[in-house]
Amino acid sequence: MTVVIRNTDKELFTSGHRGCAGCGEMTAVRQVLMVAGPNTIVANATGCLEVASTGYPETAWAIPWIHVAFENAAAVASGVEAALKKLGKKEGVNVLAFAGDGGTFDIGLQALSGMLERGHDVKFFTFDNEAYMNTGIQRCSSTPYGASTTTSPAGRVSIGESRPKKPIAAIAAAHEVPYVATATIAYFQDLQKKVKKALDTKGPTFMHIFAPCPTGWRHSSDNAVQISRLAVETGVFILWEAEGGLENLKVTYKPKKRKPVEEYLKMQGRFRHILKKPELVAEIQKMVDEKCEKYGLPPVEG
Amino acid sequence: MEMKEIIRGNMATALAAKMARVDVVPAFPITPSTLFPEKISEYIANGELDAEMILVESEHSAISAAIGASAAGARVATATASQGLALMHEVLFIASAMRLPIVMAIGNRALSGPINIWADHSDTMAERDTGWMQFYAENNQEAFDLMLMAFRIAEDRRVLLPAMVGLDAFTLTHTMEPVDYPSQEEVDDFLPPYQPPYTLDVNRPMTFGSFATPESYMEFKWSHTRALEESPPVIDEIFEEYKKRFGREYKRVTGYMTEDADVIIVAMGSVSGTLREAVRQMRKDGIRVGAVKITTFRPFPFKEIVELCGGAKIVAIAERAISPGFAGPLFGEIAGAFINQPSRPLISDFIIGLGGRDVTLKDFREIASTALKEAEEGRVEPLVKWININPEEAPPGGE
Repeated sequence: MTVVIRNTDKELFTSGHRGCAGCGEMTAVRQVLMVAGPNTIVANATGCLEVASTGYPETAWAIPWIHVAFENAAAVASGVEAALKKLGKKEGVNVLAFAGDGGTFDIGLQALSGMLERGHDVKFFTFDNEAYMNTGIQRCSSTPYGASTTTSPAGRVSIGESRPKKPIAAIAAAHEVPYVATATIAYFQDLQKKVKKALDTKGPTFMHIFAPCPTGWRHSSDNAVQISRLAVETGVFILWEAEGGLENLKVTYKPKKRKPVEEYLKMQGRFRHILKKPELVAEIQKMVDEKCEKYGLPPVEG
Repeated sequence: MEMKEIIRGNMATALAAKMARVDVVPAFPITPSTLFPEKISEYIANGELDAEMILVESEHSAISAAIGASAAGARVATATASQGLALMHEVLFIASAMRLPIVMAIGNRALSGPINIWADHSDTMAERDTGWMQFYAENNQEAFDLMLMAFRIAEDRRVLLPAMVGLDAFTLTHTMEPVDYPSQEEVDDFLPPYQPPYTLDVNRPMTFGSFATPESYMEFKWSHTRALEESPPVIDEIFEEYKKRFGREYKRVTGYMTEDADVIIVAMGSVSGTLREAVRQMRKDGIRVGAVKITTFRPFPFKEIVELCGGAKIVAIAERAISPGFAGPLFGEIAGAFINQPSRPLISDFIIGLGGRDVTLKDFREIASTALKEAEEGRVEPLVKWININPEEAPPGGE
């Protein structure tokens, strides 16, 4: 498949940052900002994105950008939005909050819930690479079942992470906010359409963007897009959107037939130990199948 | 035109914030500061104040939203106390490092545990190193005046630092006292709209809060520290202007009968009035005692403390906080003020009124007589004395 990326001579997240080669998060940020445009202010949580993009006195950001701490991007963005409203400067300006999975699923959950509940016109984006990558691949509530991380290592008596991934987008949607969506960098048109929809929506929105991490997932640096696509084609990650609450959830892309989860797992070193045990692969397949059935996705091909 | 109202301390700080025409108030309720957000909400509800209130889900988010709003160019105030201030801890450093002139009223209250809601300075003392200015009010008039002046000082381009205004839990926050206040026109003239040098502006993109390596981190800290160190003349200038405009005099440190005093008792906050009365009474009995009230704890008034207390035989510090394993925090600062002086008084530390325990005239008499005895003996032993403590009532520790 050939993809044509829009003319990027007005890149708002510019080159020269220190993101790892093939980082899914950096690609996702560029895709979001291509839609958001220059009339955008970002409040960023602590994490890879902040560290890689702003080593003083350099910055990769061609838009106003603020980083305060790890858990409070949603609260900082709330303050920015309230100030712009009061000063009469909000019209035509997007206020975005960017956070990794740690700054969203775990330590940032309370501030996120508060922002959503209070109804701020803030668009929250979580770039999910399924572990604390900035601190060295520690387990997060976003880490999927079976993944080996430095604090949930696979070992003789451990399969790696023993809990399933926290359903963060569903939790956000349960706040009955106007718009919640999931996306990946592989389906960038779907992603950009959803970003546009979020920006065009008045009030709080939440987007969960699946962002492979070559360093943490131990895959080759040219595979982030392919792994993102496989995550969707296997049903490991489901593309959906919900306007105004979970009962309005709509799957936005359904593969005709799902690929076996093994194809997804085998591209990543973090699941290597799983592949040695067919019963574990089958267990994960079963978990994915059960979830996909709920979302009305077709069964695995073959 | 001066007006007068009989109001609680929290209402005085809320009134000052209203008259300062704050743009954004992010707040979370906590005893004894809750009346501040209540009052601000009421002003907004009645159309007396045009501001955005953010009813956040925690104090951590209150100060985080305050940073976002201030960075976007708004004048921002909030209020908290005790556990709420402690929950803000990590973010306080960032607010000051970003040089954002947020003003925060603190209902000075004890920290848990055990949980206690009464007057104590442990909460703000624990935040002394966060790079904020700290002012302490003696009464509700001071709470109003200091809160109003805090905006002017914080927003001054020569300063650009956030400020805390401390008022003792209940003794001030909830006690009705007469407060004089100027007209709105006079306040507007004293405090023009906030003109931030840098903001989050789509027409002038800037990066706030970048990552700093060992090559630049120290310069950030140096520049921030210098701003605090160089703020006293600006504070004095604004105190002076306030006096000219409104007739009330403020000093970073105020002495009372210190000139010929053998013993000088140093205190902060609401006990200062009791202390002056105790001094007056003791003077009648022929005791050569003086008092010093510290209004500005950060920046710390090293020079002024030495000038006021340098002639005494002994300085007795009466403080509402303790740094376990050391002494009271104020002891460290005052001892530091004297350390390089060729001659210096003895310095003795007294812990008073923790968790709202009443501080009386009798307590100050005891402090003065103990300190004078120490001066006579030429030694301070033990260094830290707890006033009004009942060791036999203390709960058991581990065996």
